[in-house]
Amino acid sequence: MDELTKIAYNCKKATYLIEKQHIGEITLREKLELKIHLAGCRVCRIFQQQSTAINRMIKNMFHQSVAGNIKLDDKFKDELQHMIDEQLEK
Amino acid sequence: MQSQNSNYTSLDDITDPRAWVAQHADYLYKYALTRINDEELVRDLVQETFLTALERLQKFEGKSTEHAWLTAILKNKIVDVYRKKASSFVKEPAVTFAEYETDDFFEPDAHNWKPDHRPAEFGMEQTDHLESKEFELILQRCLKKMPSLWFSVFTMKHLDDEPADTICNHLRISPSNFWVIIHRAKLSLRECLQKNWI
Repeated sequence: MDELTKIAYNCKKATYLIEKQHIGEITLREKLELKIHLAGCRVCRIFQQQSTAINRMIKNMFHQSVAGNIKLDDKFKDELQHMIDEQLEK
Repeated sequence: MQSQNSNYTSLDDITDPRAWVAQHADYLYKYALTRINDEELVRDLVQETFLTALERLQKFEGKSTEHAWLTAILKNKIVDVYRKKASSFVKEPAVTFAEYETDDFFEPDAHNWKPDHRPAEFGMEQTDHLESKEFELILQRCLKKMPSLWFSVFTMKHLDDEPADTICNHLRISPSNFWVIIHRAKLSLRECLQKNWI
């Protein structure tokens, strides 16, 4: 297999580079490799779109859950309050 | 006792520990709960955060807000939990299994997708599916299935946007190991979504 064919087939490497590029840096050579691969590989283009969407959704989901309505129960809060009051009076 | 109380008085303007629980406990609880999937442990961490904050009260100068200061203390405790687990991570059976599983997505020689594992469009590529409670539940379930090392790395990166080298230092993993985990975690999460959504 020549070099270009290897790049064209190597979806494992392409998806690795997609992830690495998303949050870090890849070399110029890697960028070129990825471009060549994606030009010919529809499946990895779908992977790339989905990967970006997943990152965005995870961020949103976490932010929503921090803004959401989950609460500590009052009994445990009372215990915490008691603990703090005790420490302050030491 | 008298002298200590007067010390606290000098801090009164910037922080009031007696109001911490009412003002911050719920937030700290939610913050930790999104990062650690263990309610008991999370309650302990919230408690420890307040204790540590009380011990360091004299050092709090009001340079950051009380809210940011307490969150930073909690965040350190979460990283400690991740790190304590990190040594056992290496031998974690779930990691070995998940590694084997994601390797299996590709043909052994050319490394192209195996037909059964090829990503297919499932209608979440362009629009957010967060409005769909169902999709969010699947996403949560898939995240919980990840080996805990992968989840730690994934959370630190995607949620807190920590630089790669900070994560490597905290969890004592090598940079190449870090990228392999990021890659495999995404492969396995995506596959899980596709399997459960379509």
